[in-house]
Amino acid sequence: MSRRIVGPFNRVEGDLEVALDIEQGEVVSANVSSSLYRGFEQILQGKEPADALVYTPRICGICSVSQSVAAARALANLQGVNPPPNGDLAINLILANENLADHLTHFYLFFMPDFARAVYADEPWYPLIADRFRAHSGEASREMLPARADFMHLMGLLAGKWPHSLAIQPGGTTRALEMQEKARIQAILYGFRCFLEGTLFGDKLERIVELDSTRALDSWIEQRAPDSSDFRRFLEVARELRLDKLGRASDRFMSYGAYAFGERRHFAAGVWHSELLELDSSLITEDISYSWMGHQQEPKHPFDGITLPDADVEQAYTWCKAPRLDGKVVEVGALARQQVAGHPLIRDLVAQSGGNVRNRVIARLLEIARVILLMEGWVNEIRPREGFCLQAAMPQEGQGYGLVEAARGSLGHWVRVKRGRILSYQIIAPTTWNFSPRDRDAQPGALEQAVRGARLRPGEEEPVAVQHIVRSFDPCMVCTVH
Amino acid sequence: MSEQARQPLNLLWLQSGGCGGCSLSLLCAEGPDLFTSLESAGINLLWHPSISEASNREFIDLLEAILAGQERLDFLCLEGSVVRGPEGSGKFHRLAGTGEPMMHWIERLAKVAGHVIAVGSCAAYGGITAAGGNPSEACGLQYDETVEGGLLGKRFTDPSGLPVINIAGCPVHPNWVTETLVQIAFDDLRREDLDEWGRPRSYADHLVHHGCPRNEFYEYKASAEKPSDLGCMMEHLGCLGTQAHADCNTRLWNGEGSCLRGGYACINCTSPGFEETGHTFAQTPKIAGIPVGLPTDMPKAWFVALASLAKAATPKRLKENAVADHIRVPPSRRQGDKS
Repeated sequence: MSRRIVGPFNRVEGDLEVALDIEQGEVVSANVSSSLYRGFEQILQGKEPADALVYTPRICGICSVSQSVAAARALANLQGVNPPPNGDLAINLILANENLADHLTHFYLFFMPDFARAVYADEPWYPLIADRFRAHSGEASREMLPARADFMHLMGLLAGKWPHSLAIQPGGTTRALEMQEKARIQAILYGFRCFLEGTLFGDKLERIVELDSTRALDSWIEQRAPDSSDFRRFLEVARELRLDKLGRASDRFMSYGAYAFGERRHFAAGVWHSELLELDSSLITEDISYSWMGHQQEPKHPFDGITLPDADVEQAYTWCKAPRLDGKVVEVGALARQQVAGHPLIRDLVAQSGGNVRNRVIARLLEIARVILLMEGWVNEIRPREGFCLQAAMPQEGQGYGLVEAARGSLGHWVRVKRGRILSYQIIAPTTWNFSPRDRDAQPGALEQAVRGARLRPGEEEPVAVQHIVRSFDPCMVCTVH
Repeated sequence: MSEQARQPLNLLWLQSGGCGGCSLSLLCAEGPDLFTSLESAGINLLWHPSISEASNREFIDLLEAILAGQERLDFLCLEGSVVRGPEGSGKFHRLAGTGEPMMHWIERLAKVAGHVIAVGSCAAYGGITAAGGNPSEACGLQYDETVEGGLLGKRFTDPSGLPVINIAGCPVHPNWVTETLVQIAFDDLRREDLDEWGRPRSYADHLVHHGCPRNEFYEYKASAEKPSDLGCMMEHLGCLGTQAHADCNTRLWNGEGSCLRGGYACINCTSPGFEETGHTFAQTPKIAGIPVGLPTDMPKAWFVALASLAKAATPKRLKENAVADHIRVPPSRRQGDKS
């Protein structure tokens, strides 16, 4: 058996290292390490609660709005305020804008370029991919970046700028829209739809969201040539490389539920493990047995947890804590979200092959199509000249939590306030779940499970399969450890 | 690039104690997009963490080739602060795959770079990462918040005699970066084009206040009282736009936006030390009812006198609209209208 330290992984957000134990060309065990610690939870201690709205978005430049929404919800929970209907609609539009732009960035800039690597040059499908997706110089990114930038004009209108907006408040948003801006947003969404239908899918979004089974997907694939759209190109590679056999973790999926209207979530919250179960967030704990963290004996719920780094913990190998739900490892992300929400295509794919590289990517792209259709409806529901933001006093004592679905999965903030100041602030990010280390029962995290079984190709030193698996989770390392 | 044959300029982009938000902002560059902008100046991206193919060993080999003088490094861009903790060891950020503190890599690479560029307020001064008790012992490349020094020291200059170029902002506007890079590529950036904090004067000689659509409210001191109000946010909501050096309201963000256009206060994110104001961000600190921070270059007595005069003369239209989230009273349509 040999051990390889692989890193830094680029085309993920932040710094990542994975130690692989390889036996006869196959990964038998892995330790995933988040190599950067900044200490946001420590920074927040003693601050006025409202300042979390300035600091927490800056945890992450790619999930910035998700961090804003989680912080705003935690404060809203503490204050006992809820946004008016326009506020919910505006927040959902801003959040959806970030989530979909992230899915797009992931597919075009982070994930697909690995198939343009020289290691695949002899594969029959290589010409389908190489010129289009080659990192930096591929033609696809030149088409995608302007479409993405145009789409993000929504941020300019609704949130001032992206990333790091202060527009999202506990009681709604700071930017009330007028009629003409509503019209502008409709035009922007239509422009983005044209890119998606012309370039990404090669079909109407309505047709994509109607695909309701593996069989329906297969027959859709057969209707046109693989080079007719980027989604079909991916599906062709996925079939050739058997990406449905790669990167399976524990198949226990969690979603906090996405896109809030009061207490309701458009995509339902829950846990999936062979069946749909209710989510009880009081069962979340963080374990630090293998983290460079100290001063906590037992796994703790985030309301009771603390973050005190200690670089000298003997068996530790990461700055990341190990969150568990009722002691168990869960996988989060678009696949988990759509599985829990019950999209028939995803349910069928998971029933047949579980969580894997192919299904994670399909779920993300499917979600782009689903959410654009929702956004078109939300804009129509906005009522200019009715309020966007309610006010409420900030209590001197109390606690609150806010849960949100970022592009890459479930994000939670837990805040306690004493004498008007933050006493503790704990954050569990999506990749904290997916890329967690082992816990006190030596249970590996989701990625650590998913890379087991990945094989070296002939002549390879560092398995490219591991690159696909890692990126299939769309990890965000700067969120993971904050 | 022009017809004269010029070698491409090699750019290496590294990230340390930051959020990646400056890179993400950069990807929003438009008219033209990022890749086209770089190409126009003959800039060759040696490696960028979000964009390049090379991962793991291939990337570390590249760094080693640069240090060995086998690969020329024209631009070293750092995004994110330099992480020195715990206790100066740099262990809070060891470059993955190497076990070595990132600050050591940065220091060695800076010594062989043609120009060193801090992208964002974290890399320039420490930024958000240095807030609170600065648990990661973060600093900037040539500043420790407002104190000169940082990782490379006060005396550091690149071979052309320039200090670290601080494209400060949290995040940066994409064009601040692309235009600065293009200027350097065409030898158009000199020492005097940087301000006292090492920021390109092309954007730092402006104030966020310039072009603010709330200027009329500002003139009459018709102030917003709560988030989503249309009025000026200086008096109550903590806005520092009259003091902040940047062109955010004349060069817009994501097409049509800026912080103030988005309805929230400017927090002066291009300034060293912005992360620790000593008070909560979204409330203006006051003494005897007068905001502590005055507009840049404005004598206090004048400000107080003008403000009280302006308040007395505030038209009803501005008074009412200032505390509403949409225009309640439109401008008079004909001469003789009373509002």
